[in-house]
Amino acid sequence: MMPADAMPPVPGSASSADPPAKRGGAAIAADPPEPIVAKIAVRNLNFYYGKSRALKDISLEVPERRVTAFIGPSGCGKSTLLRTFNRMFELYHDQRAEGEVLLDGENILHSKTNVARIRSKIGMVFQKPTPFPMSIYDNIAFGIRLYEKLSRTELDARVEGCLRQAALWDEVKDKLTALGTSLSGGQQQRLCIARTIAVRPEVLLLDEPCSALDPISTAKIEELIYQLKSEYTVVIVTHNMQQAARASDYTAFMYLGELIEFDQTRRIFTAPRESRTEDYITGRFG
Amino acid sequence: MISLYARRRAVNLVASTLMFVATAIGLFFLAWILWTTLKLGLHAMHWDLFVKDTPAPGTDGYGLRNAFVGSLILMVIALAIGVPVGLMAGTWLAEYGGRSRRANVVRFVNDIMLSAPSIEIGLFTYAILVAPMGHFSGLSGGVALAILMIPIIVRTTDEMLRLVAGEMREAAIALGAPMWQVVTQVTWKAARAGILTGILIALARISGETAPLLFTALNNQFYSTDLRHPIANLPVVIFQFAMSPYDNWQQMAWAAAFIAITFILVLNVCSRLILKGTVKRS
Repeated sequence: MMPADAMPPVPGSASSADPPAKRGGAAIAADPPEPIVAKIAVRNLNFYYGKSRALKDISLEVPERRVTAFIGPSGCGKSTLLRTFNRMFELYHDQRAEGEVLLDGENILHSKTNVARIRSKIGMVFQKPTPFPMSIYDNIAFGIRLYEKLSRTELDARVEGCLRQAALWDEVKDKLTALGTSLSGGQQQRLCIARTIAVRPEVLLLDEPCSALDPISTAKIEELIYQLKSEYTVVIVTHNMQQAARASDYTAFMYLGELIEFDQTRRIFTAPRESRTEDYITGRFG
Repeated sequence: MISLYARRRAVNLVASTLMFVATAIGLFFLAWILWTTLKLGLHAMHWDLFVKDTPAPGTDGYGLRNAFVGSLILMVIALAIGVPVGLMAGTWLAEYGGRSRRANVVRFVNDIMLSAPSIEIGLFTYAILVAPMGHFSGLSGGVALAILMIPIIVRTTDEMLRLVAGEMREAAIALGAPMWQVVTQVTWKAARAGILTGILIALARISGETAPLLFTALNNQFYSTDLRHPIANLPVVIFQFAMSPYDNWQQMAWAAAFIAITFILVLNVCSRLILKGTVKRS
């Protein structure tokens, strides 16, 4: 069950310059040959909603600058796991995590760890697009202003850079003062991604970022995820197995609060070791 | 089967007829009140109302200036006290208290305050302010109105903030924003139309209150802005003048009633427009 052998580089992997166009289907994005480092290490993590145990002794290592997908049927704990990475669960008093989540070796869950600093390093994008009730510009600037005092020109440049990185600049450059809520759903979600990368995090947590979007917007977001992994460690929770297959390098399959299998995406989808993984990805349950 | 549908249709007809009649009765009396006030009030309107003060009993004068100014002062005091307190309390309930036992106790007490008879609020203010000071005062009038205002603002602020999607709050927190910034920059902004509407409704509600002012601000025949002494105000002027035997006083009472009702109408329409405007934009 423990993905002890999850980290080795893909044998016989293709070149690192695999263009996005070649992705999809069985041809899963190949890994660049650089060494793979664990960005986030989860050790014996248990999670409780009140008395009910939602995560059971989870251990896994999220590789740096890769896309890791969490899949599994509803209620399996994949979002719960994601929300321990930025201590989001602390907002709700009956939720509790035990164990360790290490970011570059530092335990995120430790009560002395500064949660604001953790959240500046680990950004999160939610299922529903959540633009703030302010202009497109201010949506991006909000996060930057939390940490840095920039001059107007520096701030302008940062905002533009983030919007470009989120592939939204060309669509909004003439209406930066318009309300963020005036954008379409897909644009709003890219705005949220831009807002998240504006604080220069190291990790991006995406909690079903496409489940409220149409296929074209979804394709754009997946394209974006592919671009982002050169700079960020990306963790994506998804209901959509095709999406996990298309967009991720590693996949964790969870079921009833347990981590059933964690491996390179192409192995999970072509030669899973666990019969439950196979049953799920072939659509026999879930 | 046919009889089932026929029965449903008949029940539907009866129910909608009853509802229509109920609505018509309500609207009929509202229209009547408005029409009477409009007819008698417009007739009693005169420019002197705004530039002259209330006349002495039995004299010929015609004016309400001191009452307008007094009412305005009382409302400003009520807003100055009621808005910050109501806004903070409502924010605490929605953003910090949540569904906790403590917050629910506060909500329950607030609901009692909401339906407390205004005359009792007047008595209370009399006991804590007027009696110790030894005389009626504008300040105590403003305080009494503020006490009436607070529960309305608390309630609407709480409800409007709780309508803000939890995801938006989480998104701001996930960026590492401290709670106070999440509240002041994100959730207040998201709920601002609703909160502002609540404040306007509260203002409309207190602007016609008479009972608490009888115990506090009382009335003043002369122009005064001294908060330590009785101050003229529209509701009490309407009350006293309408009951008086003097024809010009009765006329002024109608004019005052007309102006007061117009003011409340404008406030309500404004709050509607604010809400509608933001719905359209988002």
